Amino acid sequence: MADIILETKNLTYTYAPKTAGEVTAIRDVSVAIERGTLVGIIGHTGSGKSTLIEHFNGLMRGTSGVVLLDGKDIWENKKEIRSVRFRVGVCFQYPEYQLFEETVYKDVAFGPKNMGLSEEEIDRRVREVLSFVGLEERYLELSPFDLSGGEKRRVAIAGIMAMEPQVLVLDEPCAGLDPIGRATVLSLIQNYQKTTGSTVIIVTHSMEDAALIADRILVMNQARLAFYGTVEEVFSHAGELQSMGLDIPQMMRLYLLLREKGLPVSKTFYTLEQAKKAILACFKKGENA
Amino acid sequence: MISDITIGQYYSGTSVLHRLDARVKILLTVLFIVIIFLCKNFLSLALMFALTAVSILLSGVPFRMFFKSLKPILPIILFTAVLNIFYIKKGTELLSFWVITITTGGLATAFFMAVRIICLIMCSSLLTYTTTPTDLTDAIERLLSPLKVLHIQVHTLAMMMTLALRFIPTLIEEIERITNAQKARGADFESGRFMQRVKAMIPVLVPLFVSAFRRAYELSFAMSCRCYHGGEGRTRMKQMKLHLSDGVSFLLFALVLAGVIVLNHFFGKLI
Amino acid sequence: MNDFIRFENVSFAYEIEGEAAKPVLENFSLTVHEGEFLAVLGHNGCGKSTVAKLCNGIEFPQKGRVLVRGLDTASEEHLLAIRQCVGMVFQNPDNQIVATIVEDDVAFGPENLGVEPAEIRKRVDAALRRVGMYDFRRFEPHKLSGGQKQRVAIAGVIAMQPACIVLDEPTAMLDPRGRRDVMDTVKMLNREQGITVVLITHYMDEAAQADRVVVMDHGRILLDDTPRRVFAQTQTLLRAGLDVPQATALAKELRKNGVDVPADVLTVDELADALVRAAQQN
Repeated sequence: MADIILETKNLTYTYAPKTAGEVTAIRDVSVAIERGTLVGIIGHTGSGKSTLIEHFNGLMRGTSGVVLLDGKDIWENKKEIRSVRFRVGVCFQYPEYQLFEETVYKDVAFGPKNMGLSEEEIDRRVREVLSFVGLEERYLELSPFDLSGGEKRRVAIAGIMAMEPQVLVLDEPCAGLDPIGRATVLSLIQNYQKTTGSTVIIVTHSMEDAALIADRILVMNQARLAFYGTVEEVFSHAGELQSMGLDIPQMMRLYLLLREKGLPVSKTFYTLEQAKKAILACFKKGENA
Repeated sequence: MISDITIGQYYSGTSVLHRLDARVKILLTVLFIVIIFLCKNFLSLALMFALTAVSILLSGVPFRMFFKSLKPILPIILFTAVLNIFYIKKGTELLSFWVITITTGGLATAFFMAVRIICLIMCSSLLTYTTTPTDLTDAIERLLSPLKVLHIQVHTLAMMMTLALRFIPTLIEEIERITNAQKARGADFESGRFMQRVKAMIPVLVPLFVSAFRRAYELSFAMSCRCYHGGEGRTRMKQMKLHLSDGVSFLLFALVLAGVIVLNHFFGKLI
Repeated sequence: MNDFIRFENVSFAYEIEGEAAKPVLENFSLTVHEGEFLAVLGHNGCGKSTVAKLCNGIEFPQKGRVLVRGLDTASEEHLLAIRQCVGMVFQNPDNQIVATIVEDDVAFGPENLGVEPAEIRKRVDAALRRVGMYDFRRFEPHKLSGGQKQRVAIAGVIAMQPACIVLDEPTAMLDPRGRRDVMDTVKMLNREQGITVVLITHYMDEAAQADRVVVMDHGRILLDDTPRRVFAQTQTLLRAGLDVPQATALAKELRKNGVDVPADVLTVDELADALVRAAQQN
């Protein structure tokens, strides 16, 4: 049996139940996330993906259903909910707007300090995580408000990473960044997952990013879980995804077009690298024949 | 959902009261307040109460909305009532105990005052329930425009009110967003002593102010780009025009005023 | 084609108190032609937002000048005329909506220009219909999605009946659906209304829809050509901190490995066609 770190069972959340304004943001979501995977969550704005991740760390509590972290209901002891937030670190959209301290160092230390760690431990974590996100020593004493947009974003993400959560959740970590910023943040997240082996969940609008870095993809549609599976499994439902109004990765669209036009590409591809290999293989075969 | 919040207390509808000119409604509300303070006996008060009741019925705003607006004022109403009961010594003595004496006059005055305050609250609630904040601001700007003569920047004040109304929901959403983000980093807003709680607000307040200033800066650019240059030479898309119903309601109020004066004169004074 | 906006040897630097001025643009010249759809492409901090702010007298050049239909933006007396003629849409839709009701916000510009009330009403309704937001005219702005708010902001600009719209990263904060709606609106305004469009962006797929692309880096123009020819310059773009469309990047890789596809394909569909042709010749 797979090693499950985070699981929801029949999780439902309704705003203003039994009134005229009743809205169900997520409905009957059951999903089990395996330890150490990188999960991409995709879906429209309003599909419930943001509401879902706010349930992962107990910022919201489902109207029914449960969230299990390491097999234990996170709401078992209401007073312990704060400790759940250290184990499931959530980094919201545009996290640079949460920076408040005088220095980068202090801001990153905010989370670890709230955990009640020792000074030495906090110091170790802050230095480690800042160098991990590529900000050198000289940044430590700068004001976070003097940094560039991309740097601020990295400081904010570092603030969550410094809590060393078992599960790191990022809501659109690349939103609003330019191409360099996007590439930096994406590779940062990939590296983090590889070096720490922790579970990472990332909400994204970019199918290309999801195909590139995720092991598994979770699709939300109209408050329900539409699909959860490997990249291959999920994108094999291309037609259904498109009827939900979601895109598929551009390279996959190329694959489907080539198949339609009768070009014998053998293996499905989603990323640029895969596409290059598959198409070159196809042309080599052509030459040999 | 936080985005469901409505600014002010507007209750949308299409009643006669909703359709009245906002300027007229403001003036009538002021007039109502003046008249109700002119009431000297129960008959004239009853007339005002009837006017309030009819207006509420006409507005189509449900009663529970009015109860809701009364709730926070209830302690004040009770407090004044109790004061009146204890301090006014007129008419027959009903109860005497230690230093406390309750008289019929005291009870009557207490009741009179309570009804007067309730009518006041109902009437001003009626104004905000049936008028959108935008219309209110517009109406205030137009009513105050004669003050321009005194070099008071009426337009600027009204613009500030409009912008405040516009950005209140945005900032409330922002507070919620920042609070959640800091909670996710283990910020604790719920426990500790008063000073600790105040300190716990810093991680929310600093980003909120930073963002509010950024918004203000960007907004000023956006407004200049749309040729904003103060109130001079500015026209308005929505013209406020008086209709027959506005005239009729003024007439009605004049009649009520006359009625109150007559009733006061012929049926004695309670206060 | 007539010149519409001309940057003549413009230099611009932000002055921060107590620090050396940070030069943003140096000896920058650019001409925007009447009726064209121009995309200005560059990474954050390359000076492209400053270009937007110079277009209608929000910022002024320290050296050189900016002319809008021949009028110098630095002259106070022409400022209102210039701002009416060159409308501006910013990145954050929240920070440019002024009123508490959608239609009142759209009316804001014409009201400032002193247009007759009946005429404002006509313009507001027409503008809201044009961007597909007429049904939302009585909504409060905070109840709209980001894409809808941005379309309201565009309506607010076209109600001033400008000849040109400058959009500074209008889609950076939107989801894919919002981005598509805004881009469709912008293209429609250019094609059907003949409004000159300057789109400032770092999204390649958006720039690809323009007539002409200017690539900026460090306050200078690196490339200025049709999208197709600009995107063929993969190396220059990457050095300027930009992407190329995935289809273009793949075509380039395939060509290196001997597959005969053109270097200037822009879309996945074009690449698929080219690959089929190449396979047939093979």
